[in-house]
Amino acid sequence: MTDAMIEADGLVKSYGQTRALAGVSFSAPPGSVLGLLGPNGAGKTTAVRILTTLARPDAGQARVAGIDVLAHPAAVRRQIGAAAQDATLDGLLTGRQNLMLVGELSGMRTGQARARAAELLDLFELADAADRVVKGYSGGMRRRLDLAASLLTRPPVLFLDEPTTGLDPVSRQRVWEVIRALIGSGVTLLLTTQYLDEADALADRIVVVDHGQVIADGTPRELKQRSRSAHVEVTLAEPGPEAEEVIAPMVGGRVSVSADGLRLGAAVDSAPGLATALVRALDQAGMLVDNIEVRQPSLDDVFFALTGAHIPGDNNGSSAAKTTAGPGGPGADAAERERVQA
Amino acid sequence: MTPAIAQRPGDAAGTGLIIGSMAERARNVVSMTRRNLVHISREPMQLSDVTIQPVLFTVLFIYLFGGAIPIPGGGSYTDFILAGLLALNLTTSTMGTAVGLATDLHEGIIDRFRVLPMWRPAVLVGRSLADLLTACLCALVVAVTGLAVGWRTSAGLPSIIGGFALVLFFAYSLSWVAACVGLNSKSPESAASFGFIVLFPLAFVSNAMVPTQHMPGWLQAVADWNPVSAVTAAARQLWHNPNPSASIAAWPMQHPVEASLAWSVLILAAAAPLASWYFRRRTTE
Repeated sequence: MTDAMIEADGLVKSYGQTRALAGVSFSAPPGSVLGLLGPNGAGKTTAVRILTTLARPDAGQARVAGIDVLAHPAAVRRQIGAAAQDATLDGLLTGRQNLMLVGELSGMRTGQARARAAELLDLFELADAADRVVKGYSGGMRRRLDLAASLLTRPPVLFLDEPTTGLDPVSRQRVWEVIRALIGSGVTLLLTTQYLDEADALADRIVVVDHGQVIADGTPRELKQRSRSAHVEVTLAEPGPEAEEVIAPMVGGRVSVSADGLRLGAAVDSAPGLATALVRALDQAGMLVDNIEVRQPSLDDVFFALTGAHIPGDNNGSSAAKTTAGPGGPGADAAERERVQA
Repeated sequence: MTPAIAQRPGDAAGTGLIIGSMAERARNVVSMTRRNLVHISREPMQLSDVTIQPVLFTVLFIYLFGGAIPIPGGGSYTDFILAGLLALNLTTSTMGTAVGLATDLHEGIIDRFRVLPMWRPAVLVGRSLADLLTACLCALVVAVTGLAVGWRTSAGLPSIIGGFALVLFFAYSLSWVAACVGLNSKSPESAASFGFIVLFPLAFVSNAMVPTQHMPGWLQAVADWNPVSAVTAAARQLWHNPNPSASIAAWPMQHPVEASLAWSVLILAAAAPLASWYFRRRTTE
């Protein structure tokens, strides 16, 4: 017995000739957010379908909230909420009717379901559209309603399959806000996504899946560190010819120096603590540092390093975190992001 | 924002959501039935099957064929045809069950139901009950239209109601056959073709529209053993309306009430478990 709320152990699943999962394992402790990251067809949805009792694996074990998914699927269904990739809503019912139906079918009393539906419709800013037929909802509204449906019974474990795929940036941001509000409320959440920034922004831990296999597993920060594409750039107050000699052994590689001798750059393996060490070394060598910048590798760099391919359809893969040495220390995970053209 | 979607308190986790009791199942069925009734009310095509079509058929048959078809043994064509029209309309309206279920399976909503801690057969039972209720509406429309164009019955109220009940029971059992078709259809469109390929011939190759006496021998044999004929003859008998089939020696025509009940029970006993099995197979991956 482990304390994990979500556990997948060696899941294998084939659909005909297609092997969707080839032995996938991961777990999420209570109250954490696990991001399942991978391109289309990687096997993310299949893993979610198995964990939410919709599909049976050919091999492997799965437990949700400590309950064996294969042995006791009905008990698992009482612990989970799920929002599928294609919002599974009834287009001919109104938003309110959809939520009430889900509540009633989950065993809530009609009055209880009505009150909870009203609460969630308000929360998801759907109150104005509550009594309109869902067929006329926008993609973002459908997604929010589907999320609301998955939260109706306040399940302790939530599965969100690509909650923002196909949404415009504004709707995406609103879905993020809702998910952020969930985090910290004690819910254990599994989120699949094709978007690196999404996994980065929401997940405590990321499992990268490709071709039905886990190819990497770690915190967003750990994954970024695995990439060798970090870059450090130092700007000096005055040109210092010996600066290159000071830096070179520390970064273990070639150092490029700008024509005016003020800016020195180097590719590095990993970033943490490096900025502080460089500033200290240059200070000891009697040089004044105006600015030091460590560009963190983006998750797309990580994915590229792991699979040899960029995330398909990801336009935001090269976002980078900027680190500036100085008071406050290197805030490696600062939300300060900038777009760098790859 | 956070408190409203906070985790369910531990003590309520089990007690609030215990399922499995009969009451809980019944509530699931009621919810699903209500949902399907909302659907029918929002799908003009489905609703027209049980409202406009019966009016149209009643008026068309009575005024177009009324004078042209002699009833063996005498009687008015209007009195003869009403039970047939009821059987025809209710038989063909079961197509809605096939289309409705095929649509649910096609549109992913079934996945939502499957992750809920509900009694899964409620999906099928709720569908069949919603279709039974619309069949009742259809029967009412047929009766009112019939009365408006001159249909009369000298039978007592229990007998009249018995006639309607027999036809409705048959329609209910047939809706489970339609459910099997819907569960095996790739799309709602292919489920709809079931109506034209199976239900219309079933309804027409019977004594519902015309007396079978004028049919070629082999076709008459088929018609006399067609469950729709038994159901129609039973309603005619119970309503004291002209029932030319009474002079036909085939067992179902001599005992139409027993025959129609037997058909309905047999069809239901075969189709309902089969539909559950198809449903489980279709929703297993």
